[in-house]
Amino acid sequence: MSLIVNGTAVPAPADARVSLLDHLRETLHLTGTKKGCNQGACGACTVLVEGERILSCLALAVQYDGRQVTTVEGLAQDGALHPLQAAFVEHDGFQCGYCTPGQICSAIGMAAEAQRGVPSYLSDDLSADTTLTRAEIQERMSGNLCRCGAYNGIIDAIQATIAPKVPA
Amino acid sequence: MSIVDTAKQAAQGLLQSAMEKLVPLAPDSWIPGGVPDPLIARKHGLIGKPVSRLDGALKVSGGAHFSAEHRFDGMVYASLAYSTIARGRIVAIDSAEAQAAPGVVLVMTHHNAPRMAAPALFGSSPTAVGASDLPILQDDRIHWNGQPVACILAETQEQADHAVSLLRVTYAPEPATTTLEGAKANGIEPGVFMGGPLENTIGDAEGAFASAAHKVDHTYRTPRHNHNPIEPHAATLAWIGDELVIHDASQMVSQQAQTIGEVFGLKPEQVHLTSPYVGGGFGSKGLWDHQIIAAAAARLSGRPVRIALSREGVYRIVGGRTLTEQRVAIGACADGTFQALIHTGLTVITPHNAMPEPFILGTQSAYAAPNLLLKVEATRMDLLTNTFMRAPGEAVGTFALESAIDEMAVELGIDPVELRIRNEPEKDPTSGLPFSSRHIVEAWRQGAARFGWDQRSPVPGARQEGEWRTGMGCATGTYPYYRMPGAEARITLTRDGDTVRAKVEVAAAEMGMGTATTTAIVAAERLGLPIEAIEVGYGDSAIPGAIMAGGSQQTAAIGAAVIAAHTALVDELLALAGNDSPLAGLSADEVGSDEGGLAKLDEPGRRESYASILARAQRDSVTATKAGSAPLELMHWSMHSYSAVFCEVRVNAVTGETRVSRVLGAFDCGRILNPKTATSQFRGGIIMGLGMALMEETMVDDRSGRIMNPSLAEYHLPVHLDVPEIDVIWTDIADPHTPMGAHGIGEIGITGVAAAVANAVYNATGKRVRDLPITLDRLI
Ligand code: FES
Ligand code: FES
Repeated sequence: MSLIVNGTAVPAPADARVSLLDHLRETLHLTGTKKGCNQGACGACTVLVEGERILSCLALAVQYDGRQVTTVEGLAQDGALHPLQAAFVEHDGFQCGYCTPGQICSAIGMAAEAQRGVPSYLSDDLSADTTLTRAEIQERMSGNLCRCGAYNGIIDAIQATIAPKVPA
Repeated sequence: MSIVDTAKQAAQGLLQSAMEKLVPLAPDSWIPGGVPDPLIARKHGLIGKPVSRLDGALKVSGGAHFSAEHRFDGMVYASLAYSTIARGRIVAIDSAEAQAAPGVVLVMTHHNAPRMAAPALFGSSPTAVGASDLPILQDDRIHWNGQPVACILAETQEQADHAVSLLRVTYAPEPATTTLEGAKANGIEPGVFMGGPLENTIGDAEGAFASAAHKVDHTYRTPRHNHNPIEPHAATLAWIGDELVIHDASQMVSQQAQTIGEVFGLKPEQVHLTSPYVGGGFGSKGLWDHQIIAAAAARLSGRPVRIALSREGVYRIVGGRTLTEQRVAIGACADGTFQALIHTGLTVITPHNAMPEPFILGTQSAYAAPNLLLKVEATRMDLLTNTFMRAPGEAVGTFALESAIDEMAVELGIDPVELRIRNEPEKDPTSGLPFSSRHIVEAWRQGAARFGWDQRSPVPGARQEGEWRTGMGCATGTYPYYRMPGAEARITLTRDGDTVRAKVEVAAAEMGMGTATTTAIVAAERLGLPIEAIEVGYGDSAIPGAIMAGGSQQTAAIGAAVIAAHTALVDELLALAGNDSPLAGLSADEVGSDEGGLAKLDEPGRRESYASILARAQRDSVTATKAGSAPLELMHWSMHSYSAVFCEVRVNAVTGETRVSRVLGAFDCGRILNPKTATSQFRGGIIMGLGMALMEETMVDDRSGRIMNPSLAEYHLPVHLDVPEIDVIWTDIADPHTPMGAHGIGEIGITGVAAAVANAVYNATGKRVRDLPITLDRLI
């Protein structure tokens, strides 16, 4: 059994109790993915599985046999930060930086959801195209807590980069 | 305590009281800050320009290693068992099954834990930072519901957590005080904070209040709060030879190393604590039971240990802000001038700590009133020890005071902004000291204009669209300027050919405030070097001195230490320069740093570069270490950060739901050093204030003393959709008496916010909510 993490095949754990989050952090030493609550309440552990955002603390590593997992460590291309990562620095979308990897992965997954036309609580017409307005982004990012309160900067960073591309 | 100690203390006490009498009277020039810091006048350079965080790229790419992300070879994982009773004793711990569980390396209880001293209680010495002075795993006594009773080490976290579930602990409960009424019946005592009584009496406040033409007199209540940094508390540690190496999450790096060392009977140099990245703290990232338990378990097992608390674990053993019941009574004339201001009330502490929430601190210097009565009393409950949380005192104190001011504005029919300005004091109303820099009226005027305060109707409920009623409210925020003694800076210049780089080391902590970046900005200006040539070292107990990221004082403490170390460095450089230098014969106070070298202050052409001085002296480097001056300025001036907070809310007439639609903070906090990170500090504080206003509450079960909502699902924090774009402006008027002209900005943001929200809710609905949080049920 193996998972593909940031493009590299890695073994799945022998102990079936190991969450994807703990597997990333403790076995693979990919500590960019953070643990804030271990119970699905904070979003700090968000990673992308084939482009979809999931909470890795609520996922067992063995469930992801053969699947492509992307963590914050896998977003940079050729040594250059992903545009959203760079925008987080530019717009000061963090203070302590602990929620940040989760916010960034979540935002990328969120933009893809919007692109696919997945509606939100704010959508008036469930079948219409989604435009990522400020309020739409806020609603769709509300599963990612930031106790430092960097919310304004996070939305600014998303609006400055990936949001304008939705709808494509 | 020996006779010598007693005599020493008495002498220190005498000196202290003599200083308190003399320092206010001394000429300004004798006081630190009496002569303005030359950096205040400097208008070019990076100070005041928006600079992105220097550690930003590392943090957004997952490369910054937090405490639970270090590892040692052979490391094992810790899991804790927590008491399920509030008070009593442990009768038996059956650990046979746990011992036998796969992967278990150690089961540690009070039976086999090494003998350790109790941690020294915060404030009992300059380096003591124990949250309580209870012994840890030393006996069978239980003091609170949630106290650690056992620690299990195992090869994996899963194995350790499972083994904890196999422990069988039997208790003999004893009566515990777990209700506020019960605590009050046991007795009420005067509140003592940092060694001084929390009480100010000026004139006859009750008498003046009784005879005042206009009065308001109400009780306001604030619940318990938890800090909830998104990084749970954790430590990864090992005994290496005789040394204890701890990768911790700490806002008080050196003090924490010292206090832990004392617990284990170690010399200070035997504890090496590092904490370069802290995932939020807000007052909570200090010394709690877990680091000590993990160090003890590591010693007993001979294995390095990672202890990463679960979120529930954080709630069980890391205390938060305690509750308050506050009376504010104001007596005023018809023109709005206050005749009496009374702010008194009760807070809850525990039998094992000494931290009454000092909610009168902000009131001490807020308004001119000839008669003042301010007093905090305390009562004790058998709970987890409470502690400092962002703006301890002011965050909840300003809720009561600034709500009452709004009630008085309604009573008098005077605009609440105007009422505040009418009661602006000329000097500090309780200490009588002159203000070092107070421009709160400018903040009010600028804020009101930008927010559109003139659009507000004084009549509650005047604006309704559909189900939604809109209202505006405002409040004053305030937080003292502190500078704690003990900070040191070490500056090292290193030459490589013609280039010189500087390393500036301070035992500071970075929890996201932007300290590392701001320190580099200031050091670059101070040394006359480009920021790229500056490296800042911090978060390491091996660095000399002790600095706390608390009381919003870190930037000032670092600033003053860097000033002192820079002066020492200039001395060294002049000595090295010798007689062949253009600087020959000059003394340190005649020269300054500029453009990569030293220059005579009034003759800038007379100069020599650092590289040239070092080259001639055949040196590759030069180092100077120095402590900042004693913070006498705090006894000479009344020094504070201020804010005027404006808020607009929409309240649903059917459901009672409150949405915050606009917030503006107008700050008067001296010179702003880095607008980019400062904006985030202000907004972060304001957002925590919105949480306090509308949703945050740590709930304790009255029967068992157990926290009922120990999770981020049940303790509600503001999320993205709860937070509008927050407008932040500042006066940017430098305080001539502080390093760089700056004031602390970490805690001012939260102050005043809850009152601004409550006052806006009143303006929207006509309902005055005096108990936080303002949940739906309080509005329908
Ligand atoms: S750690 Fe997974 S949601 Fe909090
Ligand atoms: S940046 Fe600290 S929790 Fe978001």
